[in-house]
Amino acid sequence: MTIRTVPMTVNVGPQHPSTHGVFRVRITFDGEDIVEVEPVFGYLHRGTEKLAEERNYVQVVTLTDRLDYTSSMINNQAYCLAVEELLGVEPPMRAKYLRTLTAELQRIASHLIAVGFFVQELGAFGTPLMYSFRSRERILDLFEMLCGARVTVSYMRPGGVFADAPRDFWPALDRFLEDFEEELADMERLLLENEILMLRTRGVSPISPEVAINCSVSGPVLRASGINWDWRKQEPYDAYDLMEFDVPIGSNGDNYDRFWVRMQEIHQSLRIVKQCTAQIEPGPVRLDLPLVLRPKAGREAYGRVEASKGELAFYLVSDGGISPYRFKVRSPSLINLTIIEHLLVGWKLADMIVSLGSIDINMGEVDR
Amino acid sequence: MGMREVPGEELGAALNGALPGVVRGFDDSSAWVLPSQVNRVARFLCDDPAHDFQFLNSISAVDYVEYFDLVYHLTSLRRLSTGIFKARVYGREGPVLPSVYEIWRGADFQEREIWDLMGIHFTGHPNMKRIMLWEGFDGHPLRKDFL
Repeated sequence: MTIRTVPMTVNVGPQHPSTHGVFRVRITFDGEDIVEVEPVFGYLHRGTEKLAEERNYVQVVTLTDRLDYTSSMINNQAYCLAVEELLGVEPPMRAKYLRTLTAELQRIASHLIAVGFFVQELGAFGTPLMYSFRSRERILDLFEMLCGARVTVSYMRPGGVFADAPRDFWPALDRFLEDFEEELADMERLLLENEILMLRTRGVSPISPEVAINCSVSGPVLRASGINWDWRKQEPYDAYDLMEFDVPIGSNGDNYDRFWVRMQEIHQSLRIVKQCTAQIEPGPVRLDLPLVLRPKAGREAYGRVEASKGELAFYLVSDGGISPYRFKVRSPSLINLTIIEHLLVGWKLADMIVSLGSIDINMGEVDR
Repeated sequence: MGMREVPGEELGAALNGALPGVVRGFDDSSAWVLPSQVNRVARFLCDDPAHDFQFLNSISAVDYVEYFDLVYHLTSLRRLSTGIFKARVYGREGPVLPSVYEIWRGADFQEREIWDLMGIHFTGHPNMKRIMLWEGFDGHPLRKDFL
């Protein structure tokens, strides 16, 4: 005898704790299998692109913090690169190193959150997440030394950074790097070859390279599908052309690979941070630009960086005024969600939460 | 590894050769195409092995009050090159463009967002409805005359 099932539509979110913010998916289930997915966005829409049109170029930096609030430094960096392209200026060398260094620390912090929550969603409550937050706190402490803020940093400015690092920043960074080696090793021993983690994530929700490219997926999700693509390598900005690092690439594009790529990227980020501290030399950290910037009318710029979630770009158009005429955010989280159908349809309810965690979305950036 | 930015002139010449009449002009960085032919241009640039723009970075719309500019940023992961093409649509009431959803699935949410916030409709998109705001919202907030 066969048991008949009736399709059932369920709302997951927007208050669901595992949707990384206020994300909602309408899912139609047949028994436990997912047959249809419809993402619903907009619960955190603040109209950032409109707000930016009424602020001057330097004030907009504070808006970029609030996009992907787990990687504010990288958002600052992308925006500042776009404004510098509009103005046709280049920041001093020390500023480039400071930007590269803070962006990599931020990437570590962001990946730690991604990995921590990913494992939490597998059912490992508490322990791995606390491990990753322990290290993340240290990074936020370092940011506090740099600019007084921990999350919404606004550390970078068009033409450089807000201020040079205080003298006690460098010993604190060294202490962090020393401790973090061990903390990361702990996490890896706990997670990387954990049997439960591997059973639950290997071969689940694989994304083929063709689908990934066609859906404009970027960042660790793209690399997990076996594509060697990192804007830091392809189009080096700031001090990345002077850095040696590898681009970790997955092979199957499944949930485990997406997790694995992030873990490996933490190692590469650490390499870059160490090279920055070794190479950085004294000098000015900010160009002497006017307080109110006026790029030439009709100019446009596409400032692109490899953010922790993927390709983050700001498309700016100037009309010669003191604020951007158009401020468009190419947000990796939103566009990475395009694969949600390929990720979920045909898989089970229990894998849904994990697969969502594996693309590491941030609703501040999805809804803007 | 250096990326190559395909100049507008080269892109325009190639498009003119393959699809006569679609190019309206070019500038340093981009080729301007007829808005009604955007999907044919997209299909050619994606499939043509000499361009191989299989990765759509972003679609942006800019409101200049008399007209809207649509900007398509493309990347070829194989040829290590980037390209930009643009289209200009006139009129405030119901501007329409063909969708590139069938060519690049990555256009899905971006086209919906442009419809939601800028009020440019894409024909051929299977799910053309608001994305950030709710159905029934009056107006398109990113337009310059909204507020």
